Amino acid sequence: MPRNLRVRIALVLVIVAASVWYLYPPKKTINLGLDLQGGIHLMLGVEADKHVASQTDRAAEDLKSALERKGIAVKRIARDGNTAIQVELASPQSWNDARTVVAEFATFERRDDDQAAGRFRLVMTDRYVRQLRDEAVRQGLETIRNRIDQFGVSEPTITRQGADQILIQLPGVQDPARAKALIGKTALLEFKLLDERTSPDQALAGQLPEGSEILYERQCGRDKKDGKAEVKKPVVVQKRTLLTGSELTDARVAADPNSMGNWQVSITFTATGGRIFGEVTEQNVGRRLAIVLDSTVCSSPRINERIPGGHAVITGQFTAEDAQDLAIVLRAGALPAPVVILEERTVGPSLGADSIRQGLIAISGSALVVFVFMLFYYRLSGLVADVALGLNLLILFACMAAINATLTLPGLAGIALTIGMAVDTNILIFERIREEMRVGKTPRAAIEAGFRRALRTIVDTHLTVMGTAVILLSFGTSSVKGFGVSLFIGLGASLFTAYFFTRLLFDLLYMGRRKVETISI
Amino acid sequence: MIELFRNPNYDFIGKRKWAYIISIAFTLISLGTLAVRGGLRYDLDFTGGTLIQVRFEQVPTVAKIRASLATIQLGESIIQEFGDNREYIIRLPLVEAVGSEEISRRVQGALGAGPSLGKFEIRRVEFVGPQVGRELQLQAVYLVLAGLVWIAIYLAFRFDLRGGVAAVVAVCHDVIVCLGALCLTNREFSLPVLAALLTIIGYSVNDTIVAYDRLRENRGRSAPKGRTFAQQMNDAVNQTLSRTILTSLTTFFSAAVLLFFGGKTLEDFAFVLFVGVITGTYSTTYVAAALVVDWTNHVEGRLRRGKKAVAKA
Repeated sequence: MPRNLRVRIALVLVIVAASVWYLYPPKKTINLGLDLQGGIHLMLGVEADKHVASQTDRAAEDLKSALERKGIAVKRIARDGNTAIQVELASPQSWNDARTVVAEFATFERRDDDQAAGRFRLVMTDRYVRQLRDEAVRQGLETIRNRIDQFGVSEPTITRQGADQILIQLPGVQDPARAKALIGKTALLEFKLLDERTSPDQALAGQLPEGSEILYERQCGRDKKDGKAEVKKPVVVQKRTLLTGSELTDARVAADPNSMGNWQVSITFTATGGRIFGEVTEQNVGRRLAIVLDSTVCSSPRINERIPGGHAVITGQFTAEDAQDLAIVLRAGALPAPVVILEERTVGPSLGADSIRQGLIAISGSALVVFVFMLFYYRLSGLVADVALGLNLLILFACMAAINATLTLPGLAGIALTIGMAVDTNILIFERIREEMRVGKTPRAAIEAGFRRALRTIVDTHLTVMGTAVILLSFGTSSVKGFGVSLFIGLGASLFTAYFFTRLLFDLLYMGRRKVETISI
Repeated sequence: MIELFRNPNYDFIGKRKWAYIISIAFTLISLGTLAVRGGLRYDLDFTGGTLIQVRFEQVPTVAKIRASLATIQLGESIIQEFGDNREYIIRLPLVEAVGSEEISRRVQGALGAGPSLGKFEIRRVEFVGPQVGRELQLQAVYLVLAGLVWIAIYLAFRFDLRGGVAAVVAVCHDVIVCLGALCLTNREFSLPVLAALLTIIGYSVNDTIVAYDRLRENRGRSAPKGRTFAQQMNDAVNQTLSRTILTSLTTFFSAAVLLFFGGKTLEDFAFVLFVGVITGTYSTTYVAAALVVDWTNHVEGRLRRGKKAVAKA
């Protein structure tokens, strides 16, 4: 009886048991990639610089009012680039007073002083810029996660990639266009007063009053599906934002009482928001208030009276679906910075099912070819190799389940390839055993020598290919990664099954007490 | 016992001069094809752009699809049948300032409004922005280089520098031939093709290792007297011949099954494997082993001449 036989059998049994344990029940344990089950893969780039710029804008506004509160007249305050504010005082005499005010803005540094002219620049510290950029991505990710949770997707993956990218994977989404619109929308809701001193035509002709801008009114939230150009109506609004969506506590869908089949979104403000809204409506009775979503005017109703209670309604001829999605994005809040889609891969559920079918046919086909070939060529030893190959596949799938790896279509191809290459190990060993027998060794000695001599080559071949698999693994793109994962695990398992396990079976077959005359190989 | 070869003793290494000509010819043909065609045709993954896969209920014509897409002004679109005659792929170039949502919405709208296309289902949308495309291009080059460097280091460490360099030359030969075949058959260089190339790099070097290992084992056991280095290498190749052929055949069959039954998505991937297995098997003997032989002969020849010169003096 060869040494350690019991230990080796026990080890194999433990591994088989563990594999079966991890694989049960199979439907639940193997993650299918988006290419197989259908879904959306989105890589978003966060335009973090816009968040930095808007924070600089806000600081400029704050600085202006802080200076004015101290009675310091300002000639000009303007943002300069993303991170700097250019300040020019009305008179250089107020320099020292201004300095004390500016000192309170700890996240900015004063530079380029020109005391005689009363001019200086405030530049945001690098540390704060980094912090803001990070915050833009982090909050963006949280907001998107919130929206997706409310939209209802099972097992979404939302992770940060690198400095300013967000990777989103939504398996099994039926309406990709809707999901994309929901995720990508900045959803910055703003209330602004219309500037009715000029008509939109005059403004477009160049007579735009200071502090006002031209926005376009169109149906918010509704996706045009007919591919025709939309009709946009210019509206002149004041640049100053009276209230934003950050002061919301809730947004709900309601039927539009004035027009059948249309829906509206009713919003509830926070206490502060409600108070501001009350004041704004009180002071501007008779004027028109624009409800602006992502720089598009949804509607601009006339204020008939003060609106107390902190409730408002957004109308805009929404369908039920549009209204629902708008309510979701308003509840989840605005993204701190806009996002752009850098990469998108959407696979419909029917295509995914086709891919699985084809992948399985291909794998089974290549496995079958190899199985039959080995059996035909090596007889009983071929059967041993086939059993080892079966165990290899079992361990491969179990490992993928255990580490929560995702099985993709290229991953399936990797498995097909693993089958081809795992069997190479057995071919190496078997050819070696045959050779040893040819030079006159007894069957047992030939088996012993064959396994021993082939070992080094086997380790070498496995290490080189596993090395390339690691390189594939480290590649960012999921399709190539999936291939690398299954190739790596498959080859690792093959070291165990094609060498260790095959050896064990040979030992059990030929190393018993009885005399062995020939090997079926 | 079924045997492909019984004690094979073919003179592989002796015919290496002819093989060099063939290898160089194939390399030149591949490089020439690449040059004439203006380089590889890169897939969307690398160029950026949009791919939309549509399945129609009725069999459409390319002309009809093109006509309905003409209205949306998204640049020159490429329309191809994919798999069967109701399934089509529409490729659109990158358009400045038009995002992926907008593109798929417009295409969907145009196909719906188009005349007599009937019902359809959008089965796949892939959008790759310019930034991602550039990153992937760079990464692809790094990947292949990393694969080659890994093999050179591993072989130089396990065998010697000559073996490492010769194996890398052989692998480069395989990669070039695969790329040439890709270009010649008008296929695109995509991410799966990249994965296949890396697999071929690993596969081709596998064969080489088996031969080197055998050579070293033979030399280590009992220094074979009276046999030149070229003959020793030839012995090693012959001794591992049946394994090489058997493994190549099984891998070749696996690749063939993928190529013919793996569906359109895996076709290019399988094609590269298919070609790579053949050239990988060939290059082990006729590029890697042959180069090691000539290199060793060259070095030993110089050593002998050096010794003679010393003896004369």
